[in-house]
Amino acid sequence: MPPSPSQASQTIAGEPSHQPFGVDAWPSSYGAAALRVEKLHVRRGQALIIRDLSFAIDAGHAVHIAGENGAGKTTLLRAMAGLLPADFSRMQFGADALFPEDMHLVGHREGLKSRLTVWENLKAVSQIMGGASHAPQQILQALQIMGLVSHQDRLVSDLSAGQRRRAALARLIIVPRPIWLLDEPLTALDRAARDLLDHMVGAHLGRGGIVVATSHEPLRFAERQLTLAHAQPGEGLA
Amino acid sequence: MQSTGSDWIHYLANPHRFMRLAAVVTWPLWGVALALMIWGLILGFAAPPDYQQGETVRIMFVHVPAAWMSLFAYTFIFVASVVALVFRHSLGHVAARAAAPVGAVFALTTLVTGALWGQPMWGTWWVWDARLTSVLVLFLIYLGYIAIWRAIDAPDVAARAASVLAIVGFINVPIVKFSVDWWNTLHQPASVSRFARPALHSDFLIPLLVMCVAFMVLFCALVFTRMQSEIWAQRSRRLDEETGSPAHQGRSNG
Amino acid sequence: MIRAFYAVLELDIRQIWREGSVSLVIAFIFLALTLVPFGIGPELALLRRLAPGLIWVIVVLALMLSLDRLFQGDVDDGSFDQLRMSVLPLELVILAKILAHYCAVIIPMVAVLPLAGILMNVDLQAMPRLMSMILAAGPALCALGAVAASVSVSVRRPGLLTALIVMPLYVPVLIFGANLSMGVDMMNGQTSALDLGLFVMLLFSGATLILAPVASATALRGV
Repeated sequence: MPPSPSQASQTIAGEPSHQPFGVDAWPSSYGAAALRVEKLHVRRGQALIIRDLSFAIDAGHAVHIAGENGAGKTTLLRAMAGLLPADFSRMQFGADALFPEDMHLVGHREGLKSRLTVWENLKAVSQIMGGASHAPQQILQALQIMGLVSHQDRLVSDLSAGQRRRAALARLIIVPRPIWLLDEPLTALDRAARDLLDHMVGAHLGRGGIVVATSHEPLRFAERQLTLAHAQPGEGLA
Repeated sequence: MQSTGSDWIHYLANPHRFMRLAAVVTWPLWGVALALMIWGLILGFAAPPDYQQGETVRIMFVHVPAAWMSLFAYTFIFVASVVALVFRHSLGHVAARAAAPVGAVFALTTLVTGALWGQPMWGTWWVWDARLTSVLVLFLIYLGYIAIWRAIDAPDVAARAASVLAIVGFINVPIVKFSVDWWNTLHQPASVSRFARPALHSDFLIPLLVMCVAFMVLFCALVFTRMQSEIWAQRSRRLDEETGSPAHQGRSNG
Repeated sequence: MIRAFYAVLELDIRQIWREGSVSLVIAFIFLALTLVPFGIGPELALLRRLAPGLIWVIVVLALMLSLDRLFQGDVDDGSFDQLRMSVLPLELVILAKILAHYCAVIIPMVAVLPLAGILMNVDLQAMPRLMSMILAAGPALCALGAVAASVSVSVRRPGLLTALIVMPLYVPVLIFGANLSMGVDMMNGQTSALDLGLFVMLLFSGATLILAPVASATALRGV
């Protein structure tokens, strides 16, 4: 059920908003396209990091990728994002192939330019990732939701780790893309920010979006878990 | 659907097949190379001295083949890199990497023998002669290429970077040659005479040809040997990895 | 997509300004030029004769110092991943970065060249010729520099590796650029040779602007 549109609200400086979730930039629905990964093989040099992995995620669902350090969780996300060559694999989104423009990747590194302000970064994000003309209202809304309005003119290098993380997550709000790949999204987020993330993901899933997230801790929004482990010979996939 | 051309490349590019070929062919190659070198050098010393340049003309028998081979080696690297990049055959990367130091040494030999040859004529060791300057730039191209292989840790990243560099460099070589020749015409110092090539009649031609073939066979022997050791090293590394840390599969719960 | 292109261009120019690479490059030029007379003597005729070539060499060396910032910063802070997932194909992203480097580094360098010319006793009539040649060669220098930077981006501490790689690529540009800036007497009285040279250099720059992004993208996709 799509939440009602938000009203611009005053938030305590630094605290994420807890209003019902509506984002002007997001479409009301991403449709029913499912994400399908078949026979994913990823090598790094001579080493095979991921072998013969197949799974499918329907619209509106989230999957938690679990596993020990070094099991290949980040590699999996990067391969899905198209950043690593994945030979002999097929990745479909709905009826078409999976393209990088269908996905957001929020990884360990925030992808923000530290010598630019939050506003300048987010403006660049909206134009480069979304191709949109400069839409200050959308950026402002994202800042309000993430609780960064009072920090919008500060350089990213001056922000705390939590604030930088929130700024990095803001791209999910500004540019609508159906699939979210989140690598350790809870890192550096305090309780309020984690609630906000749950809220965001819930709203995204409600619109038929898909979320794939890695984490050491359990994720409240993911009903399904895929564990990457060191394989034994002959082990199959569910 | 594959054309016969790429079938042929696939056939040749199989590392196992290469290793079987190399096991048979490498030692004979070394033997032939050595024999040809010795014969060529004997013929070279037997040839009469040039009336103008005297004994030093004999350096030509090393200088000229070295120059040609330094260019040939880079062409080889270019072709191997294209094959590796376009057809995704790792053997191409192995071949290119193996040939690089060999080509660099040929280029260095060209420079040193060129200096030795020219010194009596010029009165000094280096005069920025057009051809030698082009070879100097080629030598620097080799150094950059070798440096890239050594500087990047991840082998697949290094291979890709090196092959891009090889291709770009190959396109650059004729441009450099052209521009250096032009530069030389602009700045030609009046007193310096250029390399006088002695008239190539058979007394000189035969030793030269023999030496050229000798250098070519030597190149093959060196490259085959280096490729063998690189493939052996890769195999032992892979063995270590497979016994140490198996690849990962996923298991889905729920 | 065009908006995204300009956004990358603008982002990079802003980043270059905030980083201060430009001041580094300009400082290098003046440091080097100041050292020259101490090395070879302040005889004005000698300086004037050497100046165009010397200025070219120093400009090229200064540019070599700035090349690593083309991609390294983005790879390190994760922006490069984002750029690869943007609406722009990687080749266009690289083209935008090359043009940003040109606008934010080359143009300021050329702007301070008259001052450098004064230090080297260059005939001020000849300065426009020298400056326009460098401006025409600038895109080629940035594009070839991008190829070298893309190849060495995975190296932890590149040091002079990028400079070593780019140097053979710069040789033809330097030869044509410097020698065509040097004055009419070198071209046997053909004044039109300069315009031809400028035109050829612009063509060459155009060609590199098309080919370099392709080569750099190939190298960067392996990163």
